[in-house]
Amino acid sequence: MSGHVSAYVRAAAEPTLPPPRRVSGALAWLRTNLFSSPGNVAISLALGALALWLLPPLLAWASLDAVWRAPDGALCRAHQDGACWAFISAKLDYLAYGSYPIDERWRVIVAESLGAALIVWLLWPAAPARRLAVSLFFFVFPVVGFFLLHGSPLIGLSLVDSLLWGGVFVSLLTALVGIVFSLPLGVLLALGRRSRLPIVRYLSIGFIELVRGVPFITVLFMANNLLPLFVPETWAPDRFLRPLVGTALFAAAYMAEEVRGGLQSLANGQYEGAAALGLNYWRMTGLVILPQALTLVIPGIVNTFIGLFKDTTLVAIVGMTDFLSAMDNAFKDTLWSGPTIQATGYIFAAMFFYVFCSAMARYSAYVERSLDKGRRA
Amino acid sequence: MSQIEQSGDAIEMLGVHKWFGAFHVLRNINLNVAAGERIVVCGPSGSGKSTLIRCINGLERHERGLIRVDGIELTQDPKRIEAVRRDVGMVFQQFNLFPHLTVLENCTLAPIWVKKTPKREAEATAMRLLAQVKIPEQAQKYPGQLSGGQQQRVAIARALCMSPKIMLFDEPTSALDPEMVREVLDAMTALASAGMTMVVVTHEMGFARQVADRVVFMDNGEIVEIAPPQPFFDAPQHERTKLFLSQILR
Repeated sequence: MSGHVSAYVRAAAEPTLPPPRRVSGALAWLRTNLFSSPGNVAISLALGALALWLLPPLLAWASLDAVWRAPDGALCRAHQDGACWAFISAKLDYLAYGSYPIDERWRVIVAESLGAALIVWLLWPAAPARRLAVSLFFFVFPVVGFFLLHGSPLIGLSLVDSLLWGGVFVSLLTALVGIVFSLPLGVLLALGRRSRLPIVRYLSIGFIELVRGVPFITVLFMANNLLPLFVPETWAPDRFLRPLVGTALFAAAYMAEEVRGGLQSLANGQYEGAAALGLNYWRMTGLVILPQALTLVIPGIVNTFIGLFKDTTLVAIVGMTDFLSAMDNAFKDTLWSGPTIQATGYIFAAMFFYVFCSAMARYSAYVERSLDKGRRA
Repeated sequence: MSQIEQSGDAIEMLGVHKWFGAFHVLRNINLNVAAGERIVVCGPSGSGKSTLIRCINGLERHERGLIRVDGIELTQDPKRIEAVRRDVGMVFQQFNLFPHLTVLENCTLAPIWVKKTPKREAEATAMRLLAQVKIPEQAQKYPGQLSGGQQQRVAIARALCMSPKIMLFDEPTSALDPEMVREVLDAMTALASAGMTMVVVTHEMGFARQVADRVVFMDNGEIVEIAPPQPFFDAPQHERTKLFLSQILR
């Protein structure tokens, strides 16, 4: 049984093989992604045909056939196969500010610009002095914003009753207050739910389950009608403040459950490692546990933010004129009645919400990616 | 050192009992560890070794008996537990490094926040101790980028950054690939020769023979035998010890 070893040794080089098929470029992308098998070819062609059938009329409706400029609804009624963007531009100021007095609207613009600048400063990782941005945004901006929007005779700004507030500015303000308060409140509730102290634990569980167990509209009604009963009449919270409190509390309950998921997914060793170093509960939580737990649940947190942003449309039910109900009010203008008005208005509203929600989703994806880079080898 | 520390032992455990539910995990533990002494605790799995050393820094609460660490009696009082933990460093089987912080930040976190050491000073200390465990060049990396052996050496450095009087090791080499055990044991041996009080739960009998002043053998929640390594390995007194040694030393 002698092993037979092949004695072949190559003496000359093999001819060079042709390069592999193109793996980059538009054609290669099409081949690998859309036309890789007969089934995929069929699906791609069918979807392509559907897009060709649906998209051109839609685009024509929104652009070529649309009425862009008109003094009133007459032109829109004459062009029923196109959108009536003239309606949006005619109502743009009302959609942005509601019934806020025209001469005072600069105050809203200043407040919004301040807020936007601070948010960019806060969210842009490479920005300098972000600690300063944090204190400006969370402590200075709310005070400045309140006096700007609500006014105070002391600083020469006339009072503007919150019943006059409306439009995009109310939607953004409601969402901002909800986001800013629901995250810390949700974190506290999540920690409370895992606390070893029975009273803290049962209060947290009770609050979370109660709020999650009732519809948002119910929470808004309760905030609107019950909050004033808890305090003397002269201190009764402002009509605008009540739905804000309701929104923040509602979002906080959902936030608490997201954060709890993050807390539970951390290995016990993280708690023990921190405890063994002598860190007390709050330092352990703030320095070791929360930074990891919150990072893990960024998608869920942002999901809650997005839900909250869209839920702000429900504050209309307790009498606030948010962006969507401002739109509804604008429809009532008989000068602008017409068959294309509502479709135009709702599509514009949808685009508005889409822009903000997708911006939040994009930012969260970006944060996740940048956090990932540091952790992985 | 003050007179009290010299007269008192670093660790005193007197009649300590503990139960997990109905399971009696520690039975009447009596163990005193003098300052500068190196104790190796061994025994079959489930014998209560880990629970015993976790009682020393209050990660587990004992339910009967007395534990005094560096003169401080452990009670339910969180202040006392935190005071004990400031003096007692611990190294875990699973390292328990903080993955969201760099190696250097892992080492400076507790000194800065618990001991209020200025950041610059804490970082200098950390770099010195990272050099002592031979990984100063990894200071800016994250734990996930290091090998198991390197992570465990970071964990040792992290514990040392609090300048503890006592170090506890809970099976520090059990989660490591075999080729990395040596580097961790070397770091521990160096620490022992520097005079650190150490309590080590381990199956590394070579380390026990070389470094330990006394070896504690536990079985079924009890301390069966305590002896210096020479008599412990060469002439064990109890049947259970003999059986365990015959299984582990092959």
